[in-house]
Amino acid sequence: MNTPFAITLRVGSSLANKTGAWRTERPVYVDRMPPCNDACPAGENVQRWLYHAEEAGYQEAWRQIMADNPFPAVMGRVCYHPCQTACNRAQLDESVGINAVERFLGDEAIRRGWTVPVTAPPAGTRVLVVGAGPSGLSAAYHLRLRGHEVTVRDAGERAGGMMRYGIPVYRLPREVLDAEVARIEAMGVRLELGHPVTDLAAEMRDGHFDAAFLGIGAQLSHRTYLPAGDSARILDALSVLRTIADGEPPRLGRRVVVYGGGNTAMDVARSARRLGATEALVVYRRTRDRMPAQPSEVAEAEEEGVQMRWLSTIAHAGRGSITVEKMRLDDTGYPQPTGELEELAADSVVLAIGQDVDRSIVDGLAGVEVRDGVVQVGPDMMTGHAGVFAGGDMVPSDRTVTTAIGHGKRAARHIDAWLRGARPARPPRPPLATFDRLNTWYYSDAPATVRPRLEPARRVSTFDEVTGGLGESTALYEARRCLSCGNCFECDNCYGMCPDNAIVKLGPGKRFAIDYDYCKGCGICVAECPAGAIEMVPEPR
Amino acid sequence: MTVQRVKFYQTGSFAVGNRLLDPAQRSTQARMDRANSITSGHRACQGCGEALAARYVLDAASRATDGQLVVVNATGCLEVFSTPYPESAWRVPWLHSLFGNAPAVASGVAAALRARGRTEIRVIGQGGDGGTVDIGFGALSGMFERNDDVLYVCYDNQAYMNTGVQRSGATPPAARTATTPAVGPQPGNTFGQGKSAPLVAMAHEIPYVATATVAGLRDLEAKVFRAMQLRGARYLHVLVPCPLGWGSGTGETIRLGRLAVETGLFPVFEAERGEVVAVTPIRRRLPVEEYLRPQRRYAHLFDPAVRSDVIERLQAMADRNVRRFHLEGKR
Ligand SMILES: Cc1cc2nc3c(=O)[nH]c(=O)nc-3n(C[C@H](O)[C@H](O)[C@H](O)COP(=O)(O)OP(=O)(O)OC[C@H]3O[C@@H](n4cnc5c(N)ncnc54)[C@H](O)[C@@H]3O)c2cc1C
Ligand SMILES: Cc1ncc(C[n+]2csc(CCOP(=O)(O)OP(=O)(O)O)c2C)c(N)n1
Ligand code: SF4
Ligand code: SF4
Ligand SMILES: [Mg+2]
Repeated sequence: MNTPFAITLRVGSSLANKTGAWRTERPVYVDRMPPCNDACPAGENVQRWLYHAEEAGYQEAWRQIMADNPFPAVMGRVCYHPCQTACNRAQLDESVGINAVERFLGDEAIRRGWTVPVTAPPAGTRVLVVGAGPSGLSAAYHLRLRGHEVTVRDAGERAGGMMRYGIPVYRLPREVLDAEVARIEAMGVRLELGHPVTDLAAEMRDGHFDAAFLGIGAQLSHRTYLPAGDSARILDALSVLRTIADGEPPRLGRRVVVYGGGNTAMDVARSARRLGATEALVVYRRTRDRMPAQPSEVAEAEEEGVQMRWLSTIAHAGRGSITVEKMRLDDTGYPQPTGELEELAADSVVLAIGQDVDRSIVDGLAGVEVRDGVVQVGPDMMTGHAGVFAGGDMVPSDRTVTTAIGHGKRAARHIDAWLRGARPARPPRPPLATFDRLNTWYYSDAPATVRPRLEPARRVSTFDEVTGGLGESTALYEARRCLSCGNCFECDNCYGMCPDNAIVKLGPGKRFAIDYDYCKGCGICVAECPAGAIEMVPEPR
Repeated sequence: MTVQRVKFYQTGSFAVGNRLLDPAQRSTQARMDRANSITSGHRACQGCGEALAARYVLDAASRATDGQLVVVNATGCLEVFSTPYPESAWRVPWLHSLFGNAPAVASGVAAALRARGRTEIRVIGQGGDGGTVDIGFGALSGMFERNDDVLYVCYDNQAYMNTGVQRSGATPPAARTATTPAVGPQPGNTFGQGKSAPLVAMAHEIPYVATATVAGLRDLEAKVFRAMQLRGARYLHVLVPCPLGWGSGTGETIRLGRLAVETGLFPVFEAERGEVVAVTPIRRRLPVEEYLRPQRRYAHLFDPAVRSDVIERLQAMADRNVRRFHLEGKR
């Protein structure tokens, strides 16, 4: 061996010794399903968009949301964020304020006028969408992105469905809705408003549509028999909310009783307070914990002075008063009358006991099955009638805006595949990134940010938005609280902690590779990855 | 609205890197251009803490000195696994003489460089705990006394690992080694032994003494940078878990380093001229059992019967460290 004076061994010559041969197991990088993504009804890749937001890449973050959901600013206001319920960070301190960051991104996009280009070549196919609610608009958006010609027909004068005619403005300002609908329209989606569809087959034939998506919602107020005097003032929740949305609020009087325990009941009671009712009372047959309304909405209603009367039913409604009967829950949890009556003053009674689907649109369609009052669809969102798909409140659903959007997305994927005669590609669903797989040592303590809210005293006098948004620095901070469950976020732990230099750093955004020539399979990287994004697998033979 | 002090990183400064940080502020180990002073192909066991710590220390020192560095290594695992003839894993100027003379050879290299007017080249001496606290101790003390311009780094895996896990002067009480078997009424190493070389180094009142572990990378790198800013004799004592000698899982190396700190058994501090100037507070205090249980060298404390008497004595040692070094202060 020829080496310079006093040098016996060549620099770095150990590379000749491939220590990878020692290995019996090998580490591999994985991308697991973060609980937030898993829980999002619209299938948003939450972890991924937070990753962009963390480095202030707001536009990339927003585009990542838009890949799944065309309504980030609406979502940031009305979504009940099951992602946050599922968020692993909740087990550390509090869940990441995903919804607040989403709202910040949605608002930022509106402020900056970001748009979505349609880059797919024209598909040469035409799809009719009935209903411009969240499911219909989502389907239209995703179909348009795939190059289809889309026409949306809606009976209403304006688009949005329940986002416009149900959800009150103090929760969803209409400029926000308008901006996000306009962006979809600008992509070349035709909106034909004031156009109720009654004969679907005829409209499809006449308009040369190759497929249809139905998203007509559940727009009929559920009726119940209520013993009432002639002069009792009884209204239904949807028409009350609709007239408020149209700017012609109904006269409800000073004492308003709302019957029902869902979100609609809360919205009516809170709206009534804003319209000047000094007393707004919600009467519900079961207990508080059985109310279908979101706890946050119940709490906000109470803050605004809405009163609740649980375990009660309306036995009779008369002029200026109602009679309520106390209920008790039987062993099966079903409310039973007790015979105890009480009379309460009430100028009007609003029924908010659920919504039904107007099924007449599918009446003449062969093969369509209606069960439990809703139209049945397969996992591909297709009804029993070939080429007719449906989603949102009119199909089995938990009836939220986000679920409707998710249905629209899924239907669009399958309509696209159906029209092209292809099978929709469905990437395999990776296993869940559970909390126990994280190495939480590496995360610093960082309590959640609280969104500013209007003082209750001011809320009851205006329809101004109740919940404020986050500023940039707080949104950034909140995004950075994300633990990046199950997905590499380039913390360099594996690269830094390998005793054998067997991890190759590929550069910003490119993650890492493992050099199996030298990896001895010790497992330090697996143990120390904060996100649980590395797994040990048996060495292939 | 609740006002938050905006924390800077998603992962605090605990992880190796942080893509959100300004590149200049990132750790040396996170850099694509780190020196990799000891490279792949070395023959250290799977999960060896010593190999890892040596790279941490020398990469940081290379960065601090712009690569103007000579390293002198005592006999021991680090020497043997890095240089089996005819290979070398070193990418820094490196020399090896004997088991017991690394501090003396390092002093000699520093003297030679001074004589040649090349004091910009810095000298690091390094060895295992045996080479440092036992056979090399006289040479080390002399190096301290003369205040030779050397940073001496001890990679403490708490026994003579290279020759088959014999007890050293740094082996802690109750630990089983080949020469302190788990037999008799007081199994394992004797209580009262396991000397603290850092405290002895401090007694020499040298410019800088620090302890660190392989689990606290940023802390370790900061200490190397601090040491390289200073001249004269400096001592860095790094706890390096050894899967073979400790009987721990090969992937547990970092976790055990962390547990040694979080239980209080290994105090992490810095001292200048004989006085403690900074300590790393415990973040989440844990009972010593958490550290002992995963190591087979302590298995006799749990099987066949739990030796609470011995565990309590070890806990008392941890408690004493916490009091003595004020380890429960605010971060
Ligand atoms: C008061 C209220 C508050 C709510 N608050 C929330 C909330 O905060 N968060 C949340 O996630 N969800 C909320 N929901 C539920 C949510 O609004 C619905 O689940 C969602 O809007 C359903 O979407 P969709 O697309 O299925 O139907 P819809 O939004 O109901 O839209 C259906 C559209 O179809 C049109 N249409 C119907 N029939 C025809 C026809 N024959 N021809 C043409 N057009 C037709 C209608 O005009 C309407 O525009 C609320 C609902 C109500 C009533
Ligand atoms: C004078 C002398 N005595 C004994 C040995 C054998 N020997 C080589 S390495 C070693 C133990 C090294 O222990 P330590 O310094 O703790 O390093 P480790 O291997 O644990 O890293 C011994 C006893 C030797 N090389 N020279
Ligand atoms: S911490 Fe981040 S990735 Fe994990 S569940 Fe929460 S938002 Fe999702
Ligand atoms: S015996 Fe211990 S110190 Fe020596 S190479 Fe193996 S793990 Fe490292
Ligand atoms: Mg040793």
